[in-house]
Amino acid sequence: MADSALQNIPSVYEPSLFGTYSKKIGMWLFLLSDTLTFGALLYAYSYGRISTGGWPTPFHSESIINATIMTAFLLTSSLTMVLAVRASVHRDAKMQTLWLLATMLCGTGFIVLHGREWSNLIAEGLSLPMFPKVPHHQVAAEFVNVSKTVPQFAATFFGLTGMHMLHVTLGVIYLGVVALRRKFIPILLVLWLVAWLGTPAYSPFHYGAHVLLIAAVVCGIILWLKPKVYDSSDVEVAGLYWHFVDLVWMFIFPLVYLMSAKIL
Amino acid sequence: MDTFQQALAEQVAEQHRHHGKALFFYVWGALLVMTAIEVYLTYQHMQPVKMLTILLGLSFIKAALIIGYFMHLKYEVSRMKWLTMCSVVACLILMTIFFFPDARRILELGVK
Repeated sequence: MADSALQNIPSVYEPSLFGTYSKKIGMWLFLLSDTLTFGALLYAYSYGRISTGGWPTPFHSESIINATIMTAFLLTSSLTMVLAVRASVHRDAKMQTLWLLATMLCGTGFIVLHGREWSNLIAEGLSLPMFPKVPHHQVAAEFVNVSKTVPQFAATFFGLTGMHMLHVTLGVIYLGVVALRRKFIPILLVLWLVAWLGTPAYSPFHYGAHVLLIAAVVCGIILWLKPKVYDSSDVEVAGLYWHFVDLVWMFIFPLVYLMSAKIL
Repeated sequence: MDTFQQALAEQVAEQHRHHGKALFFYVWGALLVMTAIEVYLTYQHMQPVKMLTILLGLSFIKAALIIGYFMHLKYEVSRMKWLTMCSVVACLILMTIFFFPDARRILELGVK
């Protein structure tokens, strides 16, 4: 029925094969390619896991609870995102902005908790050679030599979850631009300063915070070149991206955290 | 956006307007319940292969709910559904074909 209705829309172009607008098809294609990126990373993690003896199980009850709260944050953010899309199609601009901000808040909560999880693991001695050494601290007994004997753990864990964290961060920025447009740029710059100056020099987030600066520059250029009021189609496309990062976490959470839990 | 794209966007928006809010809350509740089940299983000290099977099963159900309802794919035209899902599943099957034989060898012969 939807197919036949589309044939009646006059255009100089051919009717849409997928029955929807180009931006949405473009986002779906991007998400399909991103699925393969995460698929490859998850396969690499799983392969490393079963092919390596002495695989560490660093996730105690506290880590599992932390990761469960992170999951709840992401699932709730997906709900607030669909409510933002719903508000946008009903042309309720105020509720649209509020739901988008709620989604961003949940996403930020996820990033903060994830950052805390990373920092704890690094402090316990699970680290990558590229991360700066934490000064004056005692490595946890169970992780002595793990970074040397099973380097696959840190490489695959930080690679996979870091890639996901980057996606969530970019998602929050994307939603910020859609919700607040130019007003979001100064907020992003403040967040960059807080993240950069508020983290110690040995933390990977001290350097990772510069992603926010790069994003502020890129978003500034985009908003300067093509200023516009984002409509319901833009909110829907942003929503597709956001749900995708939630979707990916539905596999990372059980495979990485729950399958490597150490519950005594 | 040209007139055609705007008409398509308006048509998609019209489809969204017919969806009730309650459905999204049910899906969200189902996702939270399945997450709680996953965490509960973690505390049950199950055999790893059995646990992996259950966890992956639940993950695929959660993924289907997110794609179908939150990402709205359930309401798209059938060409969109089939082409997107078949292409990504085909690629993931190819990855499995490369990965699985060696993983099986390791599981049966052990880690050397």
